[in-house]
Amino acid sequence: MEIKKGIAVSPGIAISKAMVLDAEEYLIPRRSIEISQRMIEVQRARNSFKAAIDELAEVEKKGGDIEEQSIKDIFAVHVRFLKDKALQKKITDLINKDLVTAEYAVSTSLREIAAHFAKVKDSYISERAADIYDIEKRLLKQLLGRKRKDIETLKEEAAVIARELSPTQTAGFNKRFVKGIATDAGGRTSHTAIVARSLGIPAVVALESLSEVVRGGDIIIIDGNHGLVIVNPDYETLSQYHKTAQEFEQLEKKLSELKEKPAVTRDGVRIVLLGNIEFPAEAHMVLDKGGEGIGLYRTEFLYLNRPTEPTEEEHYKAYADTVGVFKNKPVIIRTMDLGADKFTQSKRFVREPNPFLGLRSIRFCLQNLEMFKIQLRAILRASVLGELKVMFPLITNLQELMQTKMILHDVMEDLDEENIPYNRNIEIGIMIETPSAALMASSLARDVDFFSIGTNDLTQYTLAVDRGNELVSTLYSPVDPAVLRLIRTVIQDAHKAQIDLSLCGEMASEPENVMLLLGMGIRTISLTPPMIPEIKQVIRSVTIEDCNRIARKVLTMNTERHISSFLRNATRKILPEAF
Amino acid sequence: MQIKNAEGVHMRPAMQFVDVSNRFKSKITVSNDKTIVDGKSIMQVSMLAAGYGTKLKVKAEGPDAKEAIDALRELVEVKMFGEPPPKGITG
Repeated sequence: MEIKKGIAVSPGIAISKAMVLDAEEYLIPRRSIEISQRMIEVQRARNSFKAAIDELAEVEKKGGDIEEQSIKDIFAVHVRFLKDKALQKKITDLINKDLVTAEYAVSTSLREIAAHFAKVKDSYISERAADIYDIEKRLLKQLLGRKRKDIETLKEEAAVIARELSPTQTAGFNKRFVKGIATDAGGRTSHTAIVARSLGIPAVVALESLSEVVRGGDIIIIDGNHGLVIVNPDYETLSQYHKTAQEFEQLEKKLSELKEKPAVTRDGVRIVLLGNIEFPAEAHMVLDKGGEGIGLYRTEFLYLNRPTEPTEEEHYKAYADTVGVFKNKPVIIRTMDLGADKFTQSKRFVREPNPFLGLRSIRFCLQNLEMFKIQLRAILRASVLGELKVMFPLITNLQELMQTKMILHDVMEDLDEENIPYNRNIEIGIMIETPSAALMASSLARDVDFFSIGTNDLTQYTLAVDRGNELVSTLYSPVDPAVLRLIRTVIQDAHKAQIDLSLCGEMASEPENVMLLLGMGIRTISLTPPMIPEIKQVIRSVTIEDCNRIARKVLTMNTERHISSFLRNATRKILPEAF
Repeated sequence: MQIKNAEGVHMRPAMQFVDVSNRFKSKITVSNDKTIVDGKSIMQVSMLAAGYGTKLKVKAEGPDAKEAIDALRELVEVKMFGEPPPKGITG
């Protein structure tokens, strides 16, 4: 049994056989097989030789007009290698003797040959190592490509394990059979995370060397609630997890019954629950989970995992599709928030010594107006289709807000001139996620229709802590008294100015924070869709009077430790089943 | 036989070599002073990394052994794999 800790990116528990996906771009890890699997792996290796030869024949046929003799020679050499019985024997012997996968045998054998060439002093011969790597890639492409096809036609349940998953790999995933995903690389906003959440399957990422440890067919537990992956669990762990998975399923079922019920406290105060999404495909899940709209539509996905920046039409389609799902329910689109830890393909991002304090988000947009205007045009055009609102991230001062609004008006004038319809009264809001914006909330409030408090960045900037840095991440807490004081200021200023207010940070997905937030005056919460039912359950179990009492008490406390333990105890008293 | 083309037995010559040896039924081995390899395997022949001037011992055993040796000698020493000798040296 081996336990690996990573980042939980999609909740739930999967217990299943592992299916390992390697990628030809990376070193193939050594993975052993059972004796009974030897023949299968040998056959896979042989098939890959045949298929690679066929592929080359196809290339030669198509490339009939390749005049260059040297290129023809390269292909001819590759074919000779693929037909070389001694090479095939070397690989199948390795599978039989060392009990390793076909991928590993192919990769090590050819790399060994390449290393031999690289050592030769005669430079003309030593450069031939490159040819050997090409042949390795050809074979791996066959072996791995076939496996990818296998996933698309998967007939039994499996947990997919990989170093990292690309869109081509995940495109064929079928929710019925892919029960969970675990990857070595990735973060909360990685492609894997997005796909897993939109499919609603448990996933854990950032597991470092998991894919090297796991063998196809191993039993795997993916705990998407706690960010754990357990390889070949012992009997006790396995039965414990079977029980937990069952309970989780029952809880989900119970919570799904809440879908049609309103989020209202026991003393009748109505709370609005919205969803945070990163991907149009997640919009349906917000509705499924009982969300009443989208409080944060992150638009970074449009820029990521692609070679060029998105066109206006691509922006428009992404927004129009989502608004279409929600009709008259609110959809708040946040303009591009890249920089710091996520980048576009554009070379305009330069390396900065302090990226989180650097040219990111709205600052980047204001220096790249052409790109920014493309997004604004698309948002305005989509605004006639439903309750669309636009929100600007990382505003730090009033001038920035005024400048941003001016650009929005420029784009509106352009649309007027072209007679393109848009909602002239589209609501404009800003994220309050810097201490400066929180402190200046009263003046910012006069120029916007709504605020959304982004507690993730607000916490990081207030406490000067990078939560991704494990050396200091324990200092990161949204219930630190300093952060709570800023949140209180923002709530009071928004109420005074009578503008809408929501909170969209991760702190709202923690049941123990809900009473505090309601007590501080929050009435609209936007959160990750899978958590909507659970938070609704909390809301329906409390009274505003209790919440007010808790908030008053918390705001007299001076240390984070004191506050978090008080909140845990208070929640446990009212909601024993939440823990 | 001696390698006479300037660039030695790199990939293309190795391919020509095994193409010729595979035309014959005889078992063909090639050796330098360190290793003996299968003359029908491009992997093994190319891994000898025989540069200009290297002497290789080619052995054939079987019904068409003589023809095989003649054909290979023709390729290596006369045609020189269709490649030029080093500058300043004529074949």
